[in-house]
Amino acid sequence: MPDQTLSVSRSTRLSTVAMGVLLVIIVVMALAPWWAGRADLRLFGEIFLYLALASLWNLLAGYAGLVSVGQQAYVGLGGYVFFALTLLAGLHPLLAIALAPLIGALIAAPVATLIFRLRGAYFAIGTWVVAEVFRLTAAQVSALGGGSGISLPVSVVTTLASGRFLREALAYWLALGVAVVVIGAVFLFLRSRRGIALMAIRDNELAARSLGIDIWKTKFVVYLVTAGLTTLVGALIFLQKLRISPDAAFSPNDWTAFVIFIVVIGGIGTIEGSIIGTLIFFALRETLADLGTVYLIAMGLAAILIMLKAPSGLWGLVRGRRGLELFPISRRVRGLG
Amino acid sequence: MEFWLEPIIQGILLGGLYALFAAGLSLIFGVMRLVNIAHGDLIVLSSYVALTTSVMLGLHPLAAALIVVPVMALAGYGLQRLLLNRTMGNDILPPLLVTFGLSVIIQNALLTFYSADPQKLKAGAIETASLGIGPVSVGVLPLIVFMTAVLVIGLLQWMFYHTALGRAFRATSDRQDIVQLMGINRAHIFALAMALALAVTALAGVFLGIRTSFDPAAGGSRLIFGFEAVIIGGLGNIWGTLAGGVILGVAQTLGAKIDPGFQVQAGHLVFLIILAVRPRGLFPRID
Repeated sequence: MPDQTLSVSRSTRLSTVAMGVLLVIIVVMALAPWWAGRADLRLFGEIFLYLALASLWNLLAGYAGLVSVGQQAYVGLGGYVFFALTLLAGLHPLLAIALAPLIGALIAAPVATLIFRLRGAYFAIGTWVVAEVFRLTAAQVSALGGGSGISLPVSVVTTLASGRFLREALAYWLALGVAVVVIGAVFLFLRSRRGIALMAIRDNELAARSLGIDIWKTKFVVYLVTAGLTTLVGALIFLQKLRISPDAAFSPNDWTAFVIFIVVIGGIGTIEGSIIGTLIFFALRETLADLGTVYLIAMGLAAILIMLKAPSGLWGLVRGRRGLELFPISRRVRGLG
Repeated sequence: MEFWLEPIIQGILLGGLYALFAAGLSLIFGVMRLVNIAHGDLIVLSSYVALTTSVMLGLHPLAAALIVVPVMALAGYGLQRLLLNRTMGNDILPPLLVTFGLSVIIQNALLTFYSADPQKLKAGAIETASLGIGPVSVGVLPLIVFMTAVLVIGLLQWMFYHTALGRAFRATSDRQDIVQLMGINRAHIFALAMALALAVTALAGVFLGIRTSFDPAAGGSRLIFGFEAVIIGGLGNIWGTLAGGVILGVAQTLGAKIDPGFQVQAGHLVFLIILAVRPRGLFPRID
């Protein structure tokens, strides 16, 4: 009998190729300011920001089981933190953006201790209450325009970079950067000890606890990291928009409904699903842009249908039983012949 | 004294409406552990159904309720049987996301059919009628809403503990699997619970439409108010739901007295404080 050496590895030939392709895509997209038009650049920026939001919500709901319908709380918080730090405190926009995730995580800590008292589905509505509290609070801040909102003055905008080309390119690179950082962070987190603990909790909470995993703490950390990064994305969204109002900043449709539909349609609980969902969402939006309410109804129907017929989403259908992975997360045993 | 007495009484009566929002939510959670994200949108949908029936048939909105309540109950039975029963299981994700999708669909369908313009149910003289009780005057309509809420909650309580249907509900709530062995059809019991919940919801929708104007986006806050009433009162306690609604209503009217822009926020803050101090609510059912 020949020597049989068994080994455990995470990468497959497919995942190695995929990671290579991904790297090329990132480089090509980083050069977009030189090959894409202004409108396209804006669209790409928006795609990357939604990609980041979707990946974060997927980590929260798909991996940590914390189904939030109130992530608009942190998107709006990010926008308002960015406006407050630049407009009222006079900080440089880039410094304001760097501080946004820290402030987001700091505020999320007491919020989490409070709403973690709500179990399962009631947690979801609790997150919505928090978002409403944030929105109503923002509407009371008259220095930032109160209920009607405020625009970022040109004087602040010009401190970001001198020329328009550089300014728009910078906003775009920040969006691309945050998408790469978020997906990279989710990927590395899921491969880490804590990430494995998280997936163990998702698969069987009782068994996970008996192995000594601190469930509350693990979920708390995920909630904080997600909230901080969502706040960062929020700051970048309103850097692109240059105007903020409570209704736009804390919109449940824009920052939660679309994001949930993206993740559910693409495939909840996989990194690839959020990416595919985002691409499909924008492909449909660009072709059916004028339909408005009909588009939302169609997205809702699609999400319900997928939840009933193929709960692992489109990526789940592609992935099939062989468990294809573009991002190498699961371990596989090799050498079994 | 009278300065505060008036808003407190108004708040108590408003609490009746919130208790009606909450009763349906509490009922379906109690029987099948389902949290319906579309609950608020179903309330607003009921308001629109009442609007259409009262305009088309020339009926008083309160008379239209006689049509809206059975229609919504039937819709609830169908909704549970055809859609929601397929999502029931140990995983909370499918029911949450399916009802979330439903919420977005209802909202946008209403937007397409009725536009975003605010609507109101016209109930005539009863809207402004009031009774003088001692130093304060109390609106007749809020009083009717409150008394209806007490009646509905009393009936639900009686049904739960003194009828065969209530026994089936409680048994299903305790052990979904064993109940099947006793010859109870779980799918049917769930659908009956949803039908009953939507009947209460329909009543809430009619009262909501008479009291204030409503638009397709109004559902979210109705869900939140109902949910806050449930949590304040204590999960699983139906009379607690009424108490929760009253506390929320009083918090809101007192908040409005301090500053009109503070009304809704005051309710949220009281909810968060109670969640911090008594996470199981004020009157949790003793298990």
